[in-house]
Amino acid sequence: MTIHNLYIFERGGRCLFYSEWHRRRGPGIPQEEEFKLMFGMLFSLRSFVAKMSPTDMRDGFVAFHTSKYRLHYLETPSGLRLVLNTDLGVPSAREALQHIYGNLFVELVVKNPLCPPRAPVQSLLFRQRLDAFVRSLPYFGPRNPQN
Amino acid sequence: MAIFSVYVVNKAGGLIYQLDHYAPRADTEKTFSFPLDLVLRPHDERVVVAFGQRDGIRVGHAVLAINGAEVNGRFTADGKDVLEFLGNPANYPVSIRFGRHRLSSNEKLMLASMFHSLFAIGSQLSPEVGSSGIEMLETDTFKLHCFQTLTGIKFMVLADPRQTGIDALLRKIYEIYSDFALKNPFYSLEMPIRCELFDQNLKLALEVAEKAGPFGPGS
Repeated sequence: MTIHNLYIFERGGRCLFYSEWHRRRGPGIPQEEEFKLMFGMLFSLRSFVAKMSPTDMRDGFVAFHTSKYRLHYLETPSGLRLVLNTDLGVPSAREALQHIYGNLFVELVVKNPLCPPRAPVQSLLFRQRLDAFVRSLPYFGPRNPQN
Repeated sequence: MAIFSVYVVNKAGGLIYQLDHYAPRADTEKTFSFPLDLVLRPHDERVVVAFGQRDGIRVGHAVLAINGAEVNGRFTADGKDVLEFLGNPANYPVSIRFGRHRLSSNEKLMLASMFHSLFAIGSQLSPEVGSSGIEMLETDTFKLHCFQTLTGIKFMVLADPRQTGIDALLRKIYEIYSDFALKNPFYSLEMPIRCELFDQNLKLALEVAEKAGPFGPGS
């Protein structure tokens, strides 16, 4: 089990924060382009899911997985989008994302007078605390070399 | 436990088969007197609730029927504009049925090709090498399972989040496709599937998968 990377987007699509831990494969495209592609995909997935749903939705899209990784998604009412990529061994990272939003982002970025709203996060404290939190998660850890 | 619908998408992203197996009914019918205490707004060729959520009528629900007669997009059964009809006090009291708008076949085509590109982007954004596209999409109301064959055909099944045995079902659908569409001499590749036997066997497979339940042989 391992955690690959984390993206935080604001509602207009700008990437406020990006961090990676065990990422094997580079994006192959410039990082800015990758952010745009990721946000574009989430944006389309959101409207796709809202149209496909047979009944009214509450949270909307929560996660998807491919043969190699699982993407966990959390959208707050203010339109902030948190994306965490893990491997397939992690069933749900919703609590972790909620913790990152409620106890780290709100406390250290939103309430920080030196962080302008909707601007990329410069706060070193946020980066350190987030890194410490992610490393403390039970499913963080370098994956076994055989898989 | 339910399987909502099945989509088959060819390798170019075109929808070649679609079946709605089960649609949960969540319509609300109410009788209103003038003036209407909901704000309705035309949106995408239909009339939707824009404000005034109450009694199971939610923002985003469309007007489905007026006085028991189904509406046709933005027009009533006898060809009048829905908003004009509801703006006239002489037509009240009126009974209106609200509910989620059913997808039209055009929208289904569009959504199928939209998923085709999301599938490709999902594999491009992978942090790991050699990832496939989206295999399962989870939401709070349904799960979308997708199986792509080696020849690039995608089978998609929309099911209840608690429904199990979908992976086996997807392979079964592939088998049915091979047996009753591909082996049909009148079926041309990549074209919409119109084969009676395919329909029958698919419906049968869906029923079997639904009955199998969480611990049955299908899971």
